[in-house]
Formats: sequence, structure tokens, C-alpha cells
Amino acid sequence: MRPATDLLSRTLRTPELAAQLSLAKWDLLVRQARQAGLLARLHARFDELGLSEAIPRLARWHFEAAAALAHKQQIAVRWEVCQIRDALAGLNGPLVVMKGAAYVMAGSPAAHGRLFNDIDILVPRRLLNQAEAALMLAGWHTTGLSAYDDRYYRRWMHEIPPMQHIRRATVIDVHHAILPDTARYFPDPEKLLGRAVPVADLPDVYVLAAEDRILHSAAHLFHDGELPHGLRDLTDLDLLLRHEAATAHFWPRLVTRATELQLGRPLFYALRYARHFLDTPVPGDVWEALRPVAPSPVLLRLVDGIFSRALAPSHASCSDALSPVARQAAYVRAHWLRMPSHLLLPHLFHKAFISPHQENGSPKAA
Amino acid sequence: MKLHQVPPAELQDCLRDAGLWLRTGPFSLRIRSRIPTVAEGLADLYGQFEVRHPHETFADFHVDVNAPSLLRRWLRPQVDFSFDGQLPFMPLPYDQAYPMLEWGLNWCVSMHAHQFLIVHAAVVEKNGGAAILPAPPGSGKSTLTAALVLSGWRLLSDELALIDRKSGLIYPLPRPVSLKNQSIPLIRSFSAEAFINRASHDTAKGTVAHMRPPRESVRRQHEPARPAWVIFPRWAAGAATSLAPRSAAQTFMFLAQNAFNYSHLGADGFRTGTRLIDQVACYDFAYSRLDEAVQAFDRLAETPRQPEAAEHAPGH
Repeated sequence: MRPATDLLSRTLRTPELAAQLSLAKWDLLVRQARQAGLLARLHARFDELGLSEAIPRLARWHFEAAAALAHKQQIAVRWEVCQIRDALAGLNGPLVVMKGAAYVMAGSPAAHGRLFNDIDILVPRRLLNQAEAALMLAGWHTTGLSAYDDRYYRRWMHEIPPMQHIRRATVIDVHHAILPDTARYFPDPEKLLGRAVPVADLPDVYVLAAEDRILHSAAHLFHDGELPHGLRDLTDLDLLLRHEAATAHFWPRLVTRATELQLGRPLFYALRYARHFLDTPVPGDVWEALRPVAPSPVLLRLVDGIFSRALAPSHASCSDALSPVARQAAYVRAHWLRMPSHLLLPHLFHKAFISPHQENGSPKAA
Repeated sequence: MKLHQVPPAELQDCLRDAGLWLRTGPFSLRIRSRIPTVAEGLADLYGQFEVRHPHETFADFHVDVNAPSLLRRWLRPQVDFSFDGQLPFMPLPYDQAYPMLEWGLNWCVSMHAHQFLIVHAAVVEKNGGAAILPAPPGSGKSTLTAALVLSGWRLLSDELALIDRKSGLIYPLPRPVSLKNQSIPLIRSFSAEAFINRASHDTAKGTVAHMRPPRESVRRQHEPARPAWVIFPRWAAGAATSLAPRSAAQTFMFLAQNAFNYSHLGADGFRTGTRLIDQVACYDFAYSRLDEAVQAFDRLAETPRQPEAAEHAPGH
């Protein structure tokens, strides 16, 4: 089930069809791509395929402006990672950069046209307090959280509240694990740190191993309640998978690693929806190997109903009557996976009835 | 077709339904609103602008100005500005719907149009030279701009100097000039030709109204201009009119700090800024009387300028 109005994922699947779009369709494509944070990525895709000339003159500046911003952000991310490294130089442990910033540092194709909201880093839990103190000394501070949210983060989450730099306004998410302690599945952070690989031209900075980068992206996408960048994250996965699939024995390694880290189910979903939206090629025996962790057919139909809507471009033209319900369901499902119900129900109650009346509102991830 | 040719009832229907397609300078807009003061403001101020049926064509910015919900409309009437489903601002009182549209459109341009270096400044042109007037709020920038464009200068923009990164030329965006508080009666008495729309009261900036851009400026809205001066106006009660040269380096720093997207553009922002500074003369301008201020600007426009700077920007 792919809605005909979802021009964005259709164009990501088959960019060459863009040459035939009417001006009215380009209007819609630009709008969907902007809301999904994918204008620059689409531009990069057209560029790689020599299709830039197909963009009508009237629409072109939207792509070029987004590409200029993405280009600047890549430079800024590299520089910012150096600043973080310097701030954490005294830390007796590795600094691991994750998600978007990791794609840039690793020179991955998933960095092409990627826009950033923040930089995610992973530090060993025993060093968390030390890392937070060091970052505060270097100018990053926790901002704008209610007391409830701050407590929620520190007690239950796998990360501390986002830290914003006092002058540059850049935001770091400091993680000590990739899922909360309370989650149904808990991939051991030590296992991730154990296989982290050094960044070529930047001593003391690491990124997760290639398979772990994919599994983290999948875990993040299918455990995070809010999906404003769902399709963008799915295109990250698509690019990572296509790139790594070229290396020998990639697929068996990925499945084995997923089992080791208890991330078989999110991997299953990641592959399923990457294929659904972006035609990501996945060999048949991978599905076979993931069968033990796949959901039951009944559950799968329900989850399909949710994610085929919640991961579509967050633009009015891609929504149907069930889209708001699906997004809400994705939000509740993510929390259900992250917390046992005796913790979850009071939390959702607080978010629904108390937070809206407080000054600070809710932070992005809580 | 021009907007003034659309009958009021049809304009309201259009805004309510498919939206009004409108071109302002380099940008096309599709505006939707059910609010009568928005239709009235557009009819009052945008009469000379080109409009089209929205189904036919591409629009750069799709914006809505509407009341958030039915319930809210009765309790405490408010209005939301939406950029294609995104709400960049907190709602404002219903009475401020029209100024909210203007502020929202400034936001759309300054957050997205990175093909330009966008400086928070007014721009006016005469005899082929453009004067950039960057200034902090309260400096009388908009009042001076209104007086100049009522005295034969061409309006390029009241708020946003769009400096093209490729050519270094300034592109016009001659939307209505925003006037605040005492400026409104001042400009009315300055010129009988000034048309100023219905004021909105108690906004964050006090009382706000907009002046219709001169017809000639709208007619020439696709004609870019070469930067000639950067002038910092400062109104002070009783001040003698004076034009004093200022440092190019300081001017550059000020422009960079007051550009919406200087840091987004990286090295190219620096190149665009330095090329601009090489082409212009920089002044501090103090004044208290609008008529004397206009005369001083006219004298400046008459003095011969340095010849067009050689193209030296690398990469172009």
C-alpha cells in the first residue's frame, strides 16, 4: 500500500521519473521533501544520476538552497566533533559519534545531503557524569526542561537531557546506551563500544562498526516515539544497507549481530519498511533468517497499518483519515517498548494532562 | 492579471478555497485565509502585484493565516500562521492577522532563500545605485524608507536585502512598508500620496500598519540593482542632518551579524559580503527632519560614484 500522493518516496525510488513531472507535481514534491528534511538529499541523488537539469527552473533554488545548507552543515559537524573531542580529552575512555555525525565522519553515502538537528555521542556509563561536567565546562548546558522531564531523562532514559552550546547553539545528545534500561530489548553498550572503529583522520574519535550503525539506526527509528524525520532516517538506512551490501558476507554478519544485540525485531521492521518505501534490495534468505524474530501475521498487519502511515512524508498530502491515529499509535508503541506498564501509564498521563499546562512544554524525546 | 482586477468577493472566495497565487519579487506565494482583514489587507496593499489561479502553477511558499479552532474563536480569538503545515510562531490575537501574514512571509524568505545573502535591512534605489539601510529597531529605518520611496526613490525592500550570491546584485522584494506607532501619522502628513492600511493595535511592536508600495517599484520588481551605499540611519530629536563616512570593516562585521543566513553560507557568505563592501561607500546618517533627510539622499544619488568594481570573486 503506497499512496499515489507520496511523490517523495516514489522519486527516491525512481529518480529518473522526475523528468516527466508536471510543474504542479514539482510543487508537491518540493513541499513533501521540505517537510521530510529531504530536499538536499534529493538534490544529491539527482546530481549523482546527472538528472539536475530535469529540475524546472522555478523549483531549482529550493534544492540548491537546501544543498548549500547541507554542505555547510557537514563542515560544521566535523568542526563541532573536534570541539567535543577537545572538551572530552581528559576522559579516560572512548568518544563514539553516532547517527548523522557518524555518517559524516565515516565518509558514508548516508552523509550525502543529510541535514542535522544535533550530534549524538555515546560514552561509557561509568564516565557519564564526568563527560557531562567536561561538556559544561566547555559551554554546553542542559536547557529549557521542566523538573519532571529532567528527572524522567536521568532516571529512565539511555541519554541525559540534550545539551546546547551557550554561544553556538549546537545541540549534543549524550548517550550511555542506545535504548533505555527499561526497554524490552537492551543491547549491551559494552558490546557496541568493543567493536567501535577509529575515525581515519581524527585521533581519539570512534564510530560504531558498520553493522552496529545500521542496527542503531533501526533501533532508534522503531523505538522513538516521534517520527518527524522518519522517512529521512529510513533513507539513511537505505543508503547504509546498499553501501554495505557490497562487502562480502554482509547480510549474515548483520543478522548474527542483530541477534547478539537483541535487535532482530527492529532490524526486521527496518528492512521491511525500507523495502516498502524505497525498494531497498534485501536477499530472500535474510527474511528466512529473521523469521524467528518476526512478529505474528496479525501483529504485522497492525504494525504495517501504523508504519506505512507514520513513516510517510509528514505532509498533509500524504495523510489519510488514519494517519493521526497511526502517529499516535507509533508514539504509544515506542513508549510501551521502552518502559514497563507500571512506569508507562503514569508517564503518558503526565505528558497528556500535566505537561501541556507547564511553561516549558515537552522536550523532543520524552 | 493584477490583484486590483479581482473583485473583492472573488478574492475572498479564492483565499478561502484554493488560495491566492501572488508573485512578489523572486518569490511566488500561495496564500489561504478565511479572515476578512487578511483579504482586505491584500486588496489594499498588493493591488499592483500579479496574481494567478493557484491550480495552474508552482508556488515557492504555501502559507495559511487562520484561526486555530472553532472553540478558540469564541473564547479568545486568535490567529495562526502556517507554512505548509508548520507553525513557526505562537498564535497572535485575531486583530493581528494581517501583520502576522507579513511577518510570516519575511520568515519564509529569510529561513529558506539561501541563494541570497539576506541582510536585515531596507533597500532603496535611485539613478541605478542601491542604498542599503541596515539598522536596529528604533533607528527610524522604516520611516525613512517610506519617506524616500514617496519622494521618487525605488523601493527594493523594507526589511530584507536579498544579495544574489552569484551576481552580487540586490533583488527587489517590494512588499508593503511596515510602519509603527508615531511613524504612521508622520508619514500620512509627509505625503498625501501615502496609502496606509488599517492599523493593528497592541502588537509586540505597538501599533502597526503597512504602507502600499509605489506602483513604479512594483512594476520594476524583477529588475535587480547594483549596491552603491550602506547607510546607517539614526533618528534623534533635534539632530542636524549629517552624513559621515564609516569604516568598511566595521560595516562588514555589522552586516554579517545582521544577516539571517551568513553562517549558513560558510565561505560563500564571506565572499558575497566582502564583494558587496568593495562596491559601496559606507556612511552614518543622523537626522531629525524627514524632508532634509530626503534631500541629503538625493544629493548623494547625484554625486558621481566609483566605477563598477571589477569582478574578482573567486569561484564565479
